[in-house]
Amino acid sequence: MTRTRLNKLMCLAALALSCAAFNARAALTIEITGGATLQIPVAIAPFTGEESYPDKLSQIVAADLARSGLFKLIDTAGMPVPRGPQEVRVADWKAKGTVALAIANIVAQPGGKLDVQFRLIDTLRQDQVVQLAGYSLPTSPAQLRLTAHQIADIIFEKLTGDPGAFSTRIAYITKRGPVFDLQVADSDGYNAQTVFSSREPIISPVWSPDGARLAYVAFDQKKPIVYVQNLATGQRQIAANLKGNNSAPAWSPDGRQIAVVLTRDGHSQIYTTNTDGSGLKRLSNSAGIDTEPNWSPDGKYLLFTSDRGGSPQIYRMPSYGGEPVRLTFEGSYNVSPRYSPDGKSFAFIQREGSQFRVAVQDIVSGQVQVLTNNAQDESPSWAPNGKMILYATTVLGRGVLSAVSSDGRVKQKLSTQSGDVREPAWGPLIKPKP
Amino acid sequence: MKRVYLSLIVVSLLSACASEPQKTQTPVQVEDRTQAPKTTTQSADTRPLTPPVQSVSPLKDPNNVLSKRSVFYDYDSYDVKPEYKSMIEAHGQYLASNPKAKVFLQGNADERGSREYNISLGTKRAESVRKMLSVLGAKEEQMESVSFGEEKPRAECPEESCWSQNRRTDIVYQGE
Repeated sequence: MTRTRLNKLMCLAALALSCAAFNARAALTIEITGGATLQIPVAIAPFTGEESYPDKLSQIVAADLARSGLFKLIDTAGMPVPRGPQEVRVADWKAKGTVALAIANIVAQPGGKLDVQFRLIDTLRQDQVVQLAGYSLPTSPAQLRLTAHQIADIIFEKLTGDPGAFSTRIAYITKRGPVFDLQVADSDGYNAQTVFSSREPIISPVWSPDGARLAYVAFDQKKPIVYVQNLATGQRQIAANLKGNNSAPAWSPDGRQIAVVLTRDGHSQIYTTNTDGSGLKRLSNSAGIDTEPNWSPDGKYLLFTSDRGGSPQIYRMPSYGGEPVRLTFEGSYNVSPRYSPDGKSFAFIQREGSQFRVAVQDIVSGQVQVLTNNAQDESPSWAPNGKMILYATTVLGRGVLSAVSSDGRVKQKLSTQSGDVREPAWGPLIKPKP
Repeated sequence: MKRVYLSLIVVSLLSACASEPQKTQTPVQVEDRTQAPKTTTQSADTRPLTPPVQSVSPLKDPNNVLSKRSVFYDYDSYDVKPEYKSMIEAHGQYLASNPKAKVFLQGNADERGSREYNISLGTKRAESVRKMLSVLGAKEEQMESVSFGEEKPRAECPEESCWSQNRRTDIVYQGE
């Protein structure tokens, strides 16, 4: 990454911060520390009509694409702003090295609604204007940031072939002094909101598959209890509060059940329960520790951590229970397994000497790729498109979130202005509403 | 500006919901009652009176082994080392001869590795002590194991001098 590009990004960030001072107060700052070797050159022209709103849509789209590390954002300064495809002078954009140009109009609709008419133009063609994508996205002034992320998702998919994951939310825990906050923010760190706050620890947030609820573990009754909270209503329900500890919730892909770890039989074992706490069933059966269950995307298997073989290792068992198979063999500490969205591999934490790093293992071949080189990585969480893994780590004694691309090339650091951030959970894709 | 106010309202509504469950913490404040009786005059002065001269509880007597409450462990281990056996024995005998006494066995782990695995490790540590107390005659209903994992460190620094203090089971009597 060149210095000018970084400067530009920082300017963008500063602009965005000054435009949305309230939102920015609790926002995470995201810094890129690597990039793909081949970046796709793309230009995002200022959207006509965006000057009427505090959030500049074209800048949000550009920042999303830049943050992925896969794109080179072409400077649009001094270029005429096309109000439609007929005004695009393809040759001028091609001369700047652009392969695609995004243009859009924000059009006011009756009743305070908005319509964002967005087009992606192929600028490699000399002779004619070829549209790669054209969308009319109904929205409202309050939903403009989400619309910008949806546009970034469309551009990402058209130019890389993989779905984007910008219009998603992340959950994480902050600790400032004695106060623990469970927060939810947009994937770019904006719109951070505290959904639960406590003076006792909060850990292990996980999203329901529809993104409407979070399950998490809170110690507010002096011991770990699993809660499920509806994000729209704020309503909180106990999903597991049995004798001993209740922890490590994991949603089934159909959203009906959660796997939890209970010590009601004396030591940590895996159970499944309905989200209201009914229908409890024990799944694992060992004399040692069985914890950190994680459902396969097809719902057929659970990955989990167990020390049944003498050291913590990752195992897989059928989701109805049954005989587990050991999957990890390298090293004496392999924990926190999380299936990739396609179910073909899993991310986990591997200890090497005194270092704890994020690694990915292919399920069929067993091949392991270590993606990070930090001392204290924890809690890996996949982006729903499988392209990035968000995790917690420590920098100079402070808890921060980091993200690494699943090929290890692109790295991001997310931090707050004060305190620790930890326990990240990347939420599911939010589909544009028709 | 209107949007800022709206956001603030949303935040305060959220925090109102969030703080509700914390109210359940209040009944746990038993600690005060074990102190010397408070003055019953209408005065707002709540300072405790001078403690009456009477025999100190063996649990609090620094010369009694029962005042020792912590069992420390090696990294990633839940084996109780021999040096703690006499202390655990003393607590087992105390519980057996004081059937109304109740203990919480609170397991803890150092900060390294998975938070969830560390909760399980803390449980194993607490259970290792609970099982020994059980063998020594303490009744099941006198004991409850819980784990705080790595969430409540006694010492906070990224090195062994702190980690060794945090790999621990605490024996906590009810009302303490």
